[in-house]
Amino acid sequence: MDLEQGGVPTVSVHTHTFARLVGSVARANGMPTVRQCFVPQPVVGKSPAELRGYIEGDDPITRRPFMQGVLDGLTAPLSDADRTGLSFERSTPRLLPPDSEDTLHRLFLDNNYTDCLPIVLPTEARVAAMLRGTRHAPDEIVGRLRPTSYREFWEFTVEKVAVNAVMAGARPEYLPVILALAASGMTARSSSTTSFATLALVNGPIRREIGMNAGIGVFGPYNHANATIGRAYGLLSQNLQGGSVPGDTYMGSLGNSYNYTAAFAENEEESPWEPYHVQRGFKPEDSTVSVFFGGWYTLAGFGPRDHWEQNFRRALAACEPFIAPMLVLDPLVARGFVARGIETKQQLIDWCARNGRLPAGEYRDNQWVQTLLKPKAVAGIAPYAANFAAADDADVPLFQPEDISIVVAGGATQPAWRMIAGAARGVNTHSIDAWR
Amino acid sequence: MSQQVIVHDPRGYPPRVTGKQLAQRLPNLSGKRLYLVDCLFDNSAAFMAQLRAWLRQHLPDLVTEIIRPRESWVDDPEMRATIAANGDAAILGVGL
Repeated sequence: MDLEQGGVPTVSVHTHTFARLVGSVARANGMPTVRQCFVPQPVVGKSPAELRGYIEGDDPITRRPFMQGVLDGLTAPLSDADRTGLSFERSTPRLLPPDSEDTLHRLFLDNNYTDCLPIVLPTEARVAAMLRGTRHAPDEIVGRLRPTSYREFWEFTVEKVAVNAVMAGARPEYLPVILALAASGMTARSSSTTSFATLALVNGPIRREIGMNAGIGVFGPYNHANATIGRAYGLLSQNLQGGSVPGDTYMGSLGNSYNYTAAFAENEEESPWEPYHVQRGFKPEDSTVSVFFGGWYTLAGFGPRDHWEQNFRRALAACEPFIAPMLVLDPLVARGFVARGIETKQQLIDWCARNGRLPAGEYRDNQWVQTLLKPKAVAGIAPYAANFAAADDADVPLFQPEDISIVVAGGATQPAWRMIAGAARGVNTHSIDAWR
Repeated sequence: MSQQVIVHDPRGYPPRVTGKQLAQRLPNLSGKRLYLVDCLFDNSAAFMAQLRAWLRQHLPDLVTEIIRPRESWVDDPEMRATIAANGDAAILGVGL
């Protein structure tokens, strides 16, 4: 669309699955008639001959010959609508018209305001009570969110966050955590086809103040604060960013159960290592929440035992190379590593970065390595350039140390660990105290 | 009749949308320079190669050039400037 504004006529080609989404993006950018043509999904994995067939075939959306649409898109005269674009205001009211509880529950469900589980209706009284969980003014702007980088940002206030916190069943004392998540700028409802989720890790004194679970069943449905904070993060993300609707503002192929709720606390008391937020430059007495964009894959195992290195090498090789893992270790695992001479989280992170490897041919065959990392290789950026220059059977490193995170959580009932997709690059740890 | 309740709207505040006009279209493609923008998605290079082959076969006096942004998912103003300075039109794909 920037090219069009620069005076260059364009046609954009998409796969047909994205027709509704690209239509809504064009509309939200004030250019609803921008020329878009479609080929069948998928393009990935198709041979040159099959792609030529797409080009010589019909556009699956318009049912006209694909190339006719492309050539018309560049040469057919503009209409009045093309010359003006579309301007409009979209407003959302503070309050909805009065109605019965049953009707309002139905309305919230039908309008995609929920996660399809029952919600608590955000009445004025409940929202006012929730707002007592922070000293910040209800009309203070908290931040902006969007489901992906090519969509427009929506803005929101403290009150709007409180509304979604009520819906999730959260208590007022959880609100500073939920506000910190909302202010992070990281959505928990990415529209990506990769079905991402965003996991939220809480550190510091607030974990105990609000009764979060860092022990037995830390990822399970056994703690009110964990469950409702994670749920509130999801609900506020979808409602404050302009939606998370399949086919329009959500395109995850498989979906992700972490999207229901994925908030947990580090077991700082049982960990032999420094807490995550201290690694990120905060003081132990600070309360923080850290966001990890991922949740796409989860591997699990036990240990460390005598063959832990082989075990970890296999697990790291199974992680998707375009997104590094967050290692969640039960305290028994962390202490086991200390017993084997790994004194700090950083030592284990460095070991993982050195030993997480794949044959270059296998690495390069990954769809998202091709899409996301190959351009960096072409630009000469390390280590991607070397990874793309290596022989097919040469092992290449998958992850940089700064991309790998380690968190100690769990109830010490078993030496269990997980590797969960969880990108942590950049500023991913945010103050909760700032939102008290 | 069941009791009426008032609840908050849970949605955020969307930005105002300002209409933008499309660029003037070309009267025809004869002798023009058309950039084919490979958006770097997996296999989009192969698609653009096939598109270029089709255009060379059917519109032999159209000059085509394949161009790529610096990274996928990231706007590349330098690439856009090149297209605007040297091109008459562009086809972008295959992506979202």
